[in-house]
Formats: sequence, C-alpha cells, structure tokens
Amino acid sequence: MTSAKRRVYLDYSATTPVAPEVVQAITPFLSETYGNPASLHSYGRDAAAALDEAHQVVGCAIGARASEIVFTGCGTESDNLALRGAAFAARQQGRGSHIISTPTEHHAVEATLHQLQDLFGFEVTLLPVDGCGRVDPDDVRRAIRPDTILVSVMMANNEVGTLAPVAEIGRICHERGVVFHTDAVQCPAYLTIDVEEMNVDLLALSSHKFYGPKGIGVLYIRDGTPYISMQTGGGHERGRRAGTVNVPGAVGTAAAIKYVAAQREAQAPRLRHLRDRLIDGILASVPDARVSGHPQDRLPHHASFVFKSVDGETLLMALDVEGIAVSTGSACTSGDPEPSPVLLAMGVPREWALGGLRVSLGYHTTEEEIDYVIERLPRCVEQVRRATSDL
Amino acid sequence: MSGGVDSSVAAALLVERGYEVIGIMLRLWAEQMPAGPGSPGKENANRCCAPEAVADARAIARQLGIPFYDIHAESVFKEKVVDPWIKAYGEATTPNPCFNCNRSIRFGFLMQRALALGADFLATGHYARIAITREDATTRYRLLKGVDAKKDQSYVLHVLGQRDLARAMFPCGDFTKQQVREMARRFGLPTAERAESQDLCFLTEGDYRGFLLRQAPGIATPGPILNTRGEVIGRHEGLPFYTIGQRRGLNIAPQNAHAEALYVLKLDAAQNAVIVGTADELGTRQILVRRMHYVSGAPPAGPIRCSAKVRYKAREAACTLAPLPGGDAQITFDEAQRDATPGQGLVAYDGDDVLGGGVIARNA
Repeated sequence: MTSAKRRVYLDYSATTPVAPEVVQAITPFLSETYGNPASLHSYGRDAAAALDEAHQVVGCAIGARASEIVFTGCGTESDNLALRGAAFAARQQGRGSHIISTPTEHHAVEATLHQLQDLFGFEVTLLPVDGCGRVDPDDVRRAIRPDTILVSVMMANNEVGTLAPVAEIGRICHERGVVFHTDAVQCPAYLTIDVEEMNVDLLALSSHKFYGPKGIGVLYIRDGTPYISMQTGGGHERGRRAGTVNVPGAVGTAAAIKYVAAQREAQAPRLRHLRDRLIDGILASVPDARVSGHPQDRLPHHASFVFKSVDGETLLMALDVEGIAVSTGSACTSGDPEPSPVLLAMGVPREWALGGLRVSLGYHTTEEEIDYVIERLPRCVEQVRRATSDL
Repeated sequence: MSGGVDSSVAAALLVERGYEVIGIMLRLWAEQMPAGPGSPGKENANRCCAPEAVADARAIARQLGIPFYDIHAESVFKEKVVDPWIKAYGEATTPNPCFNCNRSIRFGFLMQRALALGADFLATGHYARIAITREDATTRYRLLKGVDAKKDQSYVLHVLGQRDLARAMFPCGDFTKQQVREMARRFGLPTAERAESQDLCFLTEGDYRGFLLRQAPGIATPGPILNTRGEVIGRHEGLPFYTIGQRRGLNIAPQNAHAEALYVLKLDAAQNAVIVGTADELGTRQILVRRMHYVSGAPPAGPIRCSAKVRYKAREAACTLAPLPGGDAQITFDEAQRDATPGQGLVAYDGDDVLGGGVIARNA
C-alpha cells in the first residue's frame, strides 16, 4: 500500500506483531547457535540447552512440567496431533471411539473431528450451545458414555470471544476417565492458563497469537495421557512429534510467554475498558446491531458484532478501504457469503448470521484508534446495506 | 482484475487520472474434477481465477498501490450463469453464457460489491465506450463500440442499461489493443497475454459435451437426423451436441450421403430431430428476438433501419428492426444470415451505437 491513508490494526486475534524482546531472543538462534538439538556435538548441545529451557519456561507458564510440552508447527497442528493422537491411542487400547465436542470449535478441531468420523469410523457428538456460544457442563456429563474416549471444548471462542467453563468440564471428564482437550490458542496474551486448575490433558497454543513468531505452536500433553504420534519419524520431542524442532521458534515462544505474563495483568483491564467503549459506541450508532457471544464472560480484548442484512466479508472490505483491519472471526475461505456456522449454532437468525464482525484489540491499541472505528464503522455498515439492497 | 493486460491497463489508467481505485477479482465457479493422474486439479478449472491469475492480479494491484480483493462468487455464478446455460442446451438452443454473466455477475453481483465498498464506478477492461448526451434536463448514456474494430466487445455488453452505464467505465475502449499493449509497457505492467481461447471460462479443457453429460445426465437423447423432406438419413447423439451451420460430426448413413455437403439447419426439440440440408438451404432473413433489451431503456416508436449481428464473430449486416407488442422484436435482414442460431444473441447497432439486443428465439 502506497496510500497515505491512516491504518488501524484491530485483528490481534488473527495475529500479533512479534515483541521486540522476542525478536532479540530469537536472533542468535538464526545465525550463531544454529545447531540441530538432536546432534551429539557441542553445536547440538548448545541448541538442545536452549530448547530444554524453552520447554521449561513454557511449561512453567501454564502450570505444566517441561516434559509435558511439545513444540509443533502451529496451533492447528497442535489440535490435529492432540485429537488424532488421543483418538487412535484409545482405539489401539480398545477403549471406544466416541468423541464429544461442540459446534463452535475452530476449523482445526472441527475439520479434524469430521475426518475422524467420516474416514476413520469415530463417532462424534456435538453438544448444543446457548445463545452466547457456551456449552453446559451438565450436557457434557450426560453425553459421556462408557465408550467415550475424548472431549474437546475450546477455552475461548475465536469468533465470538465467549469463554467456556473448561475447569468444570475437565473435572467431569476426569471423574469419568475421559481425556479432555482444549484449544486455548486465543488466550495466553489475556488470560492465565493453568492446566491443573483447568483439569485439561491436551492443550493447544500458537505463538503468533501472543506476540511470538509464526510457524511454531505448542501442544501440552499431560503425562500419562494415551497418545500416539500422528507425525512419525525420529524421536524428537520425546517421540510425540517427529521432525527437527524449530529452535528459534521455540526460544521465541518462551520469550513471548514470559512477555505476555508480565504484560497481562495491566493490559487485560485496559483492553476490557477500550473494548467496552467500542461496544457501547457501535451499539449506540449502528441500527440493527448486536453483540455476539457473551457480554461479560468473554476474552477481554475481543468485541464481536452481528449486523442485520450485512454481508460480513463485504463490510470487511469497506472497512479496509477506510484503513481499518478487522475480521469476520471465522476462517471463511470456502466460498460465497454463507452464514457463520458458529453463529447459526448459537441460534442467530440467518439474516443476521452473514454479518459477523470481530474487532480484536491488542497491547498497542489506543483509545484514539477505537474512536476512529466508532466514527467510521456506522457509515460503512450503512453503505453496504444501501448497496446490497439496491438491485 | 484478471491479471491480464486489459484490466491491468484499465486500472493503471484510472490511477494515473487520479481516481481512487480498488482492484477486485471474482472467483467464479468451476467444475470440481476428481483428483487423479491427468486431472487439471480443482483450483485450475476456471481459467478466470487460477492461482497464477490471482497472484498476477494481486501483484499488479500492489504495483499500482491499490487494495485488491478476490471475491467469491462461485455459487451466484453457478446459479445465474451455468445452470441457465445448461438448461438452454436442454431446450435445443446454443446459448451464450456471457450475457447472463455481464448482466447478473459483473453488473449485478460485482457492481453491488463495488458500491458497498463506497465506489462510484465499476471499471472493466472491456473494449467498448460510453458516451454521455445531455439534452435539457435528461442525461442519456450511450454504449459505443470500442475504437479497435477487431477487439470490440460491445456485443457482450448489449445487456447493459442506463443505470449500469451511468456507473460503468471502460478505459480500454478508447484505444486499440496495440496501444493498450504499449501502455502496459509504459506502466511497467506485464504484457504477456493469457492464452486467449474461444472456450468458456468454466469449461475444463474446452470439452462442453463431457461437461454437459457430467452436469446434466440425460440431457442428450439420441434421435434421427432428417433431411428437409422429413426422411431419416442418420442418427444424432443428442441435440445439445449440434448447432446451426455445423457440418462436421454428422453421422449420416453412407447410402444417404449427398453429393453436396450437408449442414445442420435446425434443431427440432418436438421431434428430437436434427434437420440437415445443403448450404443454399442454410440461412434466414427473419429473426425473432424474445424480450429485446434496449440500451436507451425504451424500444423505438416503430420499425427502424439499422444493422445487427447474430454472433459475436458474425459480420454486421443491414436490417430492419420492428419492435413487437410485448417487448419482442422482429429483425428482417436485407440478406440471409447464415448462422443465426436460437440461443445466441442478436445485437443491433446504429453506426457505433449499440441499440440493444436479445436472445434469438426463432430463425425463420
């Protein structure tokens, strides 16, 4: 873009800039300390030491042991390895093939479960969610059968920001001896994650969502969880994910998780305040607008809306022309404007469900940027409505 | 934007003239071919928006410093263009899908999106021109041929009306293809032509027969080939596989082989028959157009002298156009037109002005 127009980035749920301290931490591992951590020699040992420390730091940050941390290629890979690894391990042990999840999961989970069901004979039950996108722990309890092997419920929804009662669901799972997986990709920059308190066995993270680099994810696997590696090869990451580990990425992940741990306490209330200012401003000035997801029990940096009779993707483009970078919140790559399945599952009527908009704030977001959105967004909604009702 | 020369130069010209420009590429429907050795792969199926074309268009937009969006239009394209095209083959006609595409996709769906982004105009790389005439308080928009007679694309744009033209721009229409190519060079844009093809964008490898059979099994019922005396002289494989004026691929029994070459004269849906005859039996002066569209918005008061062509590549010929009650039109050519085919478009001109056009309903 050569345009001198002002630009405002409010898509931190899609990705974040790498923090300067993270860049600093990574840099030596690109050129100086380049050994393969699996090598026996001194170069390898230097890299292995850094990798060990990264496991330690990341584990510590989420209440886990270093040995329970596996570095992967991204959050989606973490979800894939977790679900497939647990499902096939249970099948191998003859414990059953029933999986419980929700209709509001990220594609990484949703598509993986679909494939496990369609191609590999697992049976998937999707529980209902309420109007805020929340699953009822009692529904989980009732859905668990003797052959249930796995429950997957995301910690915070990427599209509507709603937080799930994961700790309670995890407790129910553990009472019944069922493995519990959660996608926590949206959370570390804003919420404390503690795998003990959450009673979780498998948990997925993605570094670039919390001011770390792209191309690196984390999978937490509680010791003792039945798991078969779906990526086979060498014995990297204690046999749980074959392939040379992205050492700069792992080091960057550790630096990023330290960075957000230090920032979180001050940033979360600041972002919540700005987010509420945005929500109030939009609801006051845009007719036929609603907040999607839970009004309070949601990610502090996350605002999401639905607008009646507005195609969300077209609205994004209109906002982009104004320099405002936001998202529909769903990874809509498949085709024409379709109502969001997440919104439909929440009972949002079809004529509202095309118009999902996610505004996700970050550590660098200013009040002035929020006010710019409050000023421009109503006009864009009006413009889209006028044009698309015209013909 | 397609990533090709014409739309790229159109965008560059508008940027140069000081407009705030937004680049849009439409993702159109294509048949999903099963993966396998020799399969083109599903992404490459529609030539309009193969991955290389998207990358080219995006790079050009970046070079011009304009935003670029590729907008998914697969299902609306399937519904408004492909399905009616298939249906028309089932009705013993030879349809041209470009009319529905321009009417419903480019100047329907895409225009809507452009306006939604705050645009005042929709510009395309077509070779045609718009002239604005102001008389008293009324503004009239005229659709003119492009200055390059060889590249003129006004034929496929005849579906446009006053409201469309008021918000359309065709920056390439004032230039010859040669000049557009030179401008591309001057702007530093890629000048290489994407393989130009007569085939339709959504046809994989140009095989419309296989496409029809896959998409509409049962659309083709074999039947008789008749001569003009009504005698059965061969068998056809299904009416969709024949078109008026076709000579090759007619399965005529050797004992019926004529001294002269035989051509398809007519597809008779009622009898499921292909009627053939000699070259001198081919052609007609009288053509009925159903629901004639007029660029001006209204039919002429009575019969007018003008010229018309019956296919994109047909020669324009002198005729009389008589509007009929109910919106149809009767066109009487001074001389017989050889390949007038139900389903194809007839477009009428007054000099450079496109008067309008419509789908040929009957060629007799």
